[in-house]
Amino acid sequence: MDFKHSELLRFTTAGNVDDGKSTLIGRLLYDSKSIFEDQLEAVQKASERRGESEVNLALLTDGLKAEREQGITIDVAYRYFSTPKRKFIIADTPGHTQYTRNMVTGASTANVALILVDARTGVVEQTRRHSFIASLLQIPHLVVCINKMDLVDYSEEVYNNIKEEFEKFSYKLDVKDVHFIPISALKGDNIVDRSQNMPWYGGSTLLYYLENVHIGSDHNFIDARFPVQFVIRPNNDEFHDYRGYAGRVAAGILKKGDDVTLLPSGFTTKIAKIDSHAGEVAEAFPPMSVTVLLEDDYDLSRGDMIVRTHNQPTVGQDLEVMICWFNERPLQLNGKYAILHTTQQARCVVKDIRYRLDVNSLHRDVDDKNIRMNDIARIVLRTTKPLFFDPYRRNRNTGSIILVDEGTNETVAAGMII
Amino acid sequence: MDFNYNLNHLKELEAESIFVLREVAAQFENPVLLFSGGKDSILVTYLAMKAFYPARIPFPLLHIDTGHNFQETIDYRDQLVERIGARLIVGSVQDAIDQGKVVEEKGYNASRNFLQTAVLLESLENGKYDAAIGGARRDEEKARAKERFFSHRDEFGQWDPKNQRPELWNLFNGKKQIGEHFRVFPISNWTELDVWQYLSIEGVELPNIYFAHEREVFERDGSLLAASEFIQRRPTEIPFTTTVRFRTIGDITCTGAVRSHASNLDEVIDEIATSRVTERGTRSDDKRSETAMEDRKKQGYF
Repeated sequence: MDFKHSELLRFTTAGNVDDGKSTLIGRLLYDSKSIFEDQLEAVQKASERRGESEVNLALLTDGLKAEREQGITIDVAYRYFSTPKRKFIIADTPGHTQYTRNMVTGASTANVALILVDARTGVVEQTRRHSFIASLLQIPHLVVCINKMDLVDYSEEVYNNIKEEFEKFSYKLDVKDVHFIPISALKGDNIVDRSQNMPWYGGSTLLYYLENVHIGSDHNFIDARFPVQFVIRPNNDEFHDYRGYAGRVAAGILKKGDDVTLLPSGFTTKIAKIDSHAGEVAEAFPPMSVTVLLEDDYDLSRGDMIVRTHNQPTVGQDLEVMICWFNERPLQLNGKYAILHTTQQARCVVKDIRYRLDVNSLHRDVDDKNIRMNDIARIVLRTTKPLFFDPYRRNRNTGSIILVDEGTNETVAAGMII
Repeated sequence: MDFNYNLNHLKELEAESIFVLREVAAQFENPVLLFSGGKDSILVTYLAMKAFYPARIPFPLLHIDTGHNFQETIDYRDQLVERIGARLIVGSVQDAIDQGKVVEEKGYNASRNFLQTAVLLESLENGKYDAAIGGARRDEEKARAKERFFSHRDEFGQWDPKNQRPELWNLFNGKKQIGEHFRVFPISNWTELDVWQYLSIEGVELPNIYFAHEREVFERDGSLLAASEFIQRRPTEIPFTTTVRFRTIGDITCTGAVRSHASNLDEVIDEIATSRVTERGTRSDDKRSETAMEDRKKQGYF
């Protein structure tokens, strides 16, 4: 296996056990030989104890005691498998009440979203909700898996109808790349091997798609943004005057000699060197973690940002944000929260609640200002100090925020800057 | 534009882990790195050296020593600490037993694994550490698959898996009340194979018991355990010498060996790539019940 060239792909799966999601994940893990004998044996034993006749692959993903007892998934579980071409991280999100919160969490870092549709029922409320969240979180690629094709006699007509139905509502969504694959997770059709039962389908299998979808341009390589995470000052004889700004490239490409502006001070200088443990690197791009040294001796600290002089983010204290609310205590209008953005931290006040969005109908309810757990809403925030941000659509790293309750320290909302 | 700007999966994992380690140094006042001498904590230490280069790692290493060690691990630990100029703190289970703070298990399956938790929590409290960095991975075990990078612990050091903070993008919420702390897992997204591939590419030196060697062992419940003065053997458990290596290294009483002739990193990678059991399949501490790991984690095990 040529692991030195294999890429990392993160995808999220959304849906209920009824959609065959666990079966699909089980199938991908099993067919890629990622389930080990002792894991399978443990699941077999657990299935027997529960009096189930077949091996319940859902038990592979449901790890916690309460989940096994109640037959539900509580939280996002991460699963791993790899093929010679790629390593995959699955964020497996459950489909019950806390659904939106979990899917938003899983979706925040995903390259691909798998949306499962039961061929017998077609596009349902849940399909719309999943797809909307995928578009809200700007997952670059969407795969609609029309599952249980074996139960509709592998009918091309059923497949085409569902595809049409999906396209009819998805044009309203902000998704760039949608693929449709007819599958049977249970029988293995079009998962790893091409189905003999659907000769009318000329597209790729699911695994082939996951192995080959182009993710090289999922990052923003245009707008150079480097949030300072930590200042490295060795204070020893060998590196006496060393002052390096450690961080992860949020967007764009940084090179030695680039003209840069420092935020918030507005001073301009040049990049003197980009350092790593292995020595100097010529260029840095997302998602690399590097250390940047500047030609002039300015005193930057955590939360400051190094940007290209001719391409700067918005600097401001007023934000329009789409949020997903995570907490049992509802959002407070005029309430104060801590806000985390890149490596910055500030406080903010909720100035306005524009509307609550119904994720099923996409209706904007301007009268309902009660934002509860799992609700999506558009709000206005005023921060205590300027943030350096871009629209989330343009840059997931500099366009995302979280809100933290200052009393309980819980993360109460995820937000995408408009 | 030339789109040759992508990292291979190991470089991407490395970048993620370095980001998390720097985030710990920035967000916490008094972090500590849990060092067991196993390959995962060796990897985390190595990544921490990279993260803060050319400065030293800005936190000490904490080893919870059960007293039932492989000597090779202790030798390796001492050499490493010396080489990188780190500060080492040892929390001793033997001392806790001698002082009557904990009571040792008796019998054939006696293990100090459970006692480690009490000593770990006491060491964290004594040092007033507010973040303990560990080398746990999500692929290891089903309870760990639900673990966060930044995992909140209450004032008793307990984990509440049903009430975890959602973790989105690269935004890590390390806020806490006084007396609470965090466990941080920078290599959450690495698999066993990733760890070995990376250590191989980077040429990181490891304790030699990870590679095939002759050892006196005996068989119990399908596992091979080292014939050691620390494990009481039943009369039927006759020791014999064979060629083995260890896939994980923990306390000697619960770490099983595997029959293997893999004598270098490349051979180990080939062996793991074709292995049909997980590495924790050799750990008897996980086999005590279906939710053994979850139960221990809730109490404060790492």
